[in-house]
Amino acid sequence: MTDTIETPTAPTKSRFTKFWDSDFAWSFRHSPVALIASLVVLILLLAAVFAPVIAPYNPFDPASLNLMNGFTPPGTPNAFTQETFFLGTDDQGRDVFSTILYGMRISLFVGVSAVMLALIIGVILGLVAAYFGGWVETLIMRIADVQLTFPAILVAMLIFGIAKGVTPPEYRNEMAIYVLIIAIALSDWVQFARVVRGAALVEKNKEYVQAARLIGRGPIPIMFRHILPNVLSPVLVIATISLALAIIAEATLSFLGVGAPPTQPSLGTLIRIGQGFLFSGEWWILFFPACTLLALALSVNLLGDWLRDALNPKLR
Amino acid sequence: MFAYIVRRMLQSVIVLLVVGLVAFSMFRFVGDPIDNMLGQERTQADIDRLRAELGLDQPFPVQYYKFLKNAVQGNFGVSYRQGRPVSTIIAERAPATLELAFVSGFLAITMGIALGVFTAIRRQGIAANVIMTVSLIGVSLPTFLIGILLIYIFSVELDLLPSFGRGETVMIGNWSTGFLTTSGLKALILPAITLGLYQMTLIMRLVRSEMLEVLRADYVRFARARGLSDRVINFRHALKNTMVPVITITGLQLGSIIAFAIITETVFQWPGVGLLFINAIQFVDIPVMAAYLMLISVMFVSINLIVDLLYYAIDPRLRVDARAT
Repeated sequence: MTDTIETPTAPTKSRFTKFWDSDFAWSFRHSPVALIASLVVLILLLAAVFAPVIAPYNPFDPASLNLMNGFTPPGTPNAFTQETFFLGTDDQGRDVFSTILYGMRISLFVGVSAVMLALIIGVILGLVAAYFGGWVETLIMRIADVQLTFPAILVAMLIFGIAKGVTPPEYRNEMAIYVLIIAIALSDWVQFARVVRGAALVEKNKEYVQAARLIGRGPIPIMFRHILPNVLSPVLVIATISLALAIIAEATLSFLGVGAPPTQPSLGTLIRIGQGFLFSGEWWILFFPACTLLALALSVNLLGDWLRDALNPKLR
Repeated sequence: MFAYIVRRMLQSVIVLLVVGLVAFSMFRFVGDPIDNMLGQERTQADIDRLRAELGLDQPFPVQYYKFLKNAVQGNFGVSYRQGRPVSTIIAERAPATLELAFVSGFLAITMGIALGVFTAIRRQGIAANVIMTVSLIGVSLPTFLIGILLIYIFSVELDLLPSFGRGETVMIGNWSTGFLTTSGLKALILPAITLGLYQMTLIMRLVRSEMLEVLRADYVRFARARGLSDRVINFRHALKNTMVPVITITGLQLGSIIAFAIITETVFQWPGVGLLFINAIQFVDIPVMAAYLMLISVMFVSINLIVDLLYYAIDPRLRVDARAT
């Protein structure tokens, strides 16, 4: 989602130069915050995608684990095996650096999928509400209003709890990630629906929509081919800010033990595990995953803020 | 006026009925209650008898009505995990959560308003800028990391404050309070700060921006021209007029405090309702989940209703709008 900003898919050179000279690209090049934030996001994204290549160990392969390596402090050789780990190891001798890379993979996968799903649901419902109006609009927006009065994290928890009850116990661990995605998405669609509806209500009465209606296009092509492209820029902003929130929501749920299971640990699960070793002095098991989570959430957030100002200063 | 109140209350009732339907469906469709209650050796006669006893053979609306009737009377059945009535368990846990929420809410409001006024008046000062920057970082930190950070500093490194539990509590009737013992008060400090910090920054930023707006208004300039002292202007004239939006947001945030208490209670193993709820999710304890869902919705809906009505009472402009529509 974010990499569409840095790398414009330009088939020809002229299009690329056109993009490079646009106000949008200019403001990107001249904002140090945006440059640094997108650089951090890009590095973390690449690290997550290529985790199997970069990670020195596979933390989920029992054969590569050596319990003797447990609790090795970062950068110092282990007392028994003389092996050195860049960021230390956890209680089971897993390399913390590798678990962070794999954990980030899961965090980003859940975050990005949840936002995409929320975006699809929200955009469709928002467009439908704006285009058809009447009782459809009242129903959709009423549900949105009611849901907004409850904190998103609480809604996500409830959905997760109900879904956990519905899935048979033997599938619970496997399904947990997907349940998490759906739970976060359903707690987050309201933002998209409200923004899209607001923007679409304005677009709906413009001449090009009336013209499209006159030449006999149906409601679905008008909504998705004509109106949608014109309301996308606020959606992009909300999506970026939502991504930061979704990553934090995922981490929070996993930290509380109602998210990613220990067999597929996300950053939040790693922090949950690390909290247990805080008192015995093994700070690195907690510290490095927490820093990664912060760097990820903060830079996506900053990128979203910048995007909001660059695309539409009046949005908030 | 009257029509508005009635319409608003009707809306709240509908919301509660829908939430009740969700909670009821959880009972009905998530796992078979008969399965949960009868063991392996059961006969068809046992199943039929229990089904009739629980009223599961009756039509859906009748069952729903019965569920609502029980819920209103505070009867949510028996916890699958603890084997005790849910209402008893929640009544035991409620004081812990309410005390925590009260202290952090108080902290958030007083500190939030004080810091908000301070940063608005001393806009250019170094202290105000430092506070604003720190608050920005505070907002971006997830609640559970703030809690862990505080535990690390004050419990692990400095060894000043306890990192979990409520300390010693004293029973006053059915209410267990931590306010009366030193260990209880000490145990309260870190969780209350963790829970209140986000709300505090929110209130602070709101008060600050409202104050900045009001301080630019004509009547403040006029008050200055009259030669009133800064203190009178800032607190009598300006602060008073920033209070309407602050009351709204604070009221709405009250619910969030209870919801975010789930996170804080888990970090500090605080024996409140939130921790109960998280454990219920982990062990799929449906009656506890349903009861919590109903309780928290009643709370949110009534807070929203009260805030709306208060707003209506405070701001006369709304009354004109309501009449026009």
